[in-house]
Amino acid sequence: MYNKKECVAMLLAGGQGSRLYTLTEKTAKPAVPFGAKYRIIDFTLSNCVNSGIDTVGVLTQYQPLVLNEYIGNGQPWDLDRMNGGVMVLPPYQGSKSADWYKGTANAIYQNMNFINRYDPDYVLILSGDHIYKMDYDAMLEAHKKNNAAATIAVINVPIEQASRFGIMNTDENNRIIEFEEKPKEPKSTKASMGIYIFNRKLLADYLEDDENDPNSSKDFGKNIIPAMLNNGEKMYAYEFSGYWKDVGTIQSLWEANMDLLGENPTFNLYDNDWRIYSRSEIRPPHYIGSDATVDNSIISQGCEVHGIVENSILFGGVKIARGAYVKNSIIMQDTVVREGASVSYAIVDGDTELGAGSQIGADADKRITLIGSNLVIPHGMKIASGEMVNAQYIEEKKI
Amino acid sequence: MSVQGIIFTNLHDKNIPELTLKRTMASVPYACRYRLIDFALSNMVNSGITSVSVITHYNYQSLMDHIGAGKDWDLARRSGGIKILPPYMTAYANTQNALYNSRMEALKSVNYSLSRFTSDYVVLSDCDVICNVDLNDMINDHIRNGADITMAVKRVLLTNETAKRNVVVEADDDGRITDVNAYPTNVSGYHDINLNILVINREYLQSIVLDAIAHGYTSFNRDVLSRNASRRNYRIYKYNGYFANISSMEDYYKHSMELIGASDNRDQLFGIKNRPIYTKVRNSAPTRYDSASNVKNSLVADGCIIEGTVENSIIFRGVKVSKGATVKNSILFQDTVIGANVFLNCVITDKNVVIRDGRILSGHESLPFFIEKGKLV
Repeated sequence: MYNKKECVAMLLAGGQGSRLYTLTEKTAKPAVPFGAKYRIIDFTLSNCVNSGIDTVGVLTQYQPLVLNEYIGNGQPWDLDRMNGGVMVLPPYQGSKSADWYKGTANAIYQNMNFINRYDPDYVLILSGDHIYKMDYDAMLEAHKKNNAAATIAVINVPIEQASRFGIMNTDENNRIIEFEEKPKEPKSTKASMGIYIFNRKLLADYLEDDENDPNSSKDFGKNIIPAMLNNGEKMYAYEFSGYWKDVGTIQSLWEANMDLLGENPTFNLYDNDWRIYSRSEIRPPHYIGSDATVDNSIISQGCEVHGIVENSILFGGVKIARGAYVKNSIIMQDTVVREGASVSYAIVDGDTELGAGSQIGADADKRITLIGSNLVIPHGMKIASGEMVNAQYIEEKKI
Repeated sequence: MSVQGIIFTNLHDKNIPELTLKRTMASVPYACRYRLIDFALSNMVNSGITSVSVITHYNYQSLMDHIGAGKDWDLARRSGGIKILPPYMTAYANTQNALYNSRMEALKSVNYSLSRFTSDYVVLSDCDVICNVDLNDMINDHIRNGADITMAVKRVLLTNETAKRNVVVEADDDGRITDVNAYPTNVSGYHDINLNILVINREYLQSIVLDAIAHGYTSFNRDVLSRNASRRNYRIYKYNGYFANISSMEDYYKHSMELIGASDNRDQLFGIKNRPIYTKVRNSAPTRYDSASNVKNSLVADGCIIEGTVENSIIFRGVKVSKGATVKNSILFQDTVIGANVFLNCVITDKNVVIRDGRILSGHESLPFFIEKGKLV
């Protein structure tokens, strides 16, 4: 009793994102807050909706509570559908076996029953780790036009960075002739974005074979793509040229946030033709006080600003007291910056209190300081640039 | 204990004809991102009332659009939830179903719907009352005192002029109402005024309405409260938090401006724990301030782009203030666009107003300059 869908999206959201330190201690990476009122997964989900894809499976594994709660029934993205919509897919216990997702390919394999219910012609594989706007429908059109077995989205990266990516070597028609995972001497600059479209039946066959191969690491990049290439399947690269940023490290997360600022921001949140949807919090409008100075910043609902805010991103409910100074920083929800505190080149997680006169980071040193959530930084405490601060750090520092 | 809510949306439209030309009083925008009905609705929802009837009568497109299915107030329910009661007109000429003018007539017009209520109590609220009141406390007070009607009041300092716009309530030391004086012309000093929030026993309300139909009563104040005050147990419930009631454009401006400056009023309205004010979610991006911006003492919603100077102002969602523009003491409704080098002082722009580059407009606190919806200046 399920209506047929042309294309079903599968969003891999199980990643831990350990390079984000305390930000992902209790949260899966796709649920990490971004851009004053979003979470990283909002961009991929909004892309799906804006591309006309209304059936999305979200595969979760690591610390799924916040992510599950955030996605809920999918209503903020219009994905609370009678037929289709968003479905959170955690690992489960089957009659014969019970297993964690062992790799990206295995995660999809374990959920082929979800995909098959909609009898789709195509399956779109996505990850929830990137900030970008992309029309998947255009990619699907290209896939159909090429009569391809698989299409892989690629982006041109500088040649000196190419050895960090999976690189596609293609012919003049963009047909993939070779795939190299993190090559030492890259022959092309077309880096895989981890976005794949497969013909569903073919994908099912390859996943089945891969599952039966004990030596496989059950990964799309390492196993499925090379196997398909070896068998001479028609595989095409789909070139994407636009903003695409991995936010897997503290530095890149900070940079991506900063890309939202400026008169002509590198990444535009104010594009009414490609809206980014998010689950809204119930908060009043924000208030800018008589003594406040706000310069080149993005501020969300419920904030009270009485100090100086420059080149910064303030999430909902942040309070900046008189005489406090926040520069080149990201302050997450409900954090309080007390009188005379200064924050420079920092990411401060939510519900934290920066005591009066505390100093976080320094203007001169641009290494990013990270302050975890639910902490109280004692008044006057100085925290050097580049520190990763959690509760233990503060205890040790006090002594 | 089950409680049904009723909200009147059109009763005070005449107070601010500028803003209600194309909308109900209930859907008048307020405080950057709200509509007036949000306060009455949120008070009910925060007090656990999950079944609310909204009585409306004309100009209700904007209200329907705002409320939708009631999802944003958690009132999209299979059982109960929000129900809009538009005017009930029969196919045949029927003077009894003519459009109403008063609260009593409004209740008479929805008599059928009222007769289906099964709750123990009914809370009635107007929507020009801006406050964050704990209705549970009021209902408990009502039950404890065995009251027929409990009326929320607030003690305020009245002048001869302001008294004319209020219903003044006299009560004995015990809190029992002894007299109800609607729109008096000779009252001043400290008095309790009616906040137009009532708790009534459901069966009593039904009998009041049937009685009013039988006798042709038209005024709730005169024909129910004043007439029966000596015989029935009508009581006051004292509310001490922030309260604003909008009875003119000047009032609208004055009360809007009360929300900026010291945080007391904002805290009493928006800052009460577990009692947030809900509104329609618009999915705006956060607000971006340009390096050329200069913002002081202002309340700003999401989705704005601020490149100019904004002082002592209230900025709704999606407003753009261009470079070199100065906006002072003004209220800019949703999606207003302020061109470069514009100067505004004491101006209220309705939705989608565009002020072209270089325009200079000024009103006065006592008479803010109002620009109607969609105008290009």
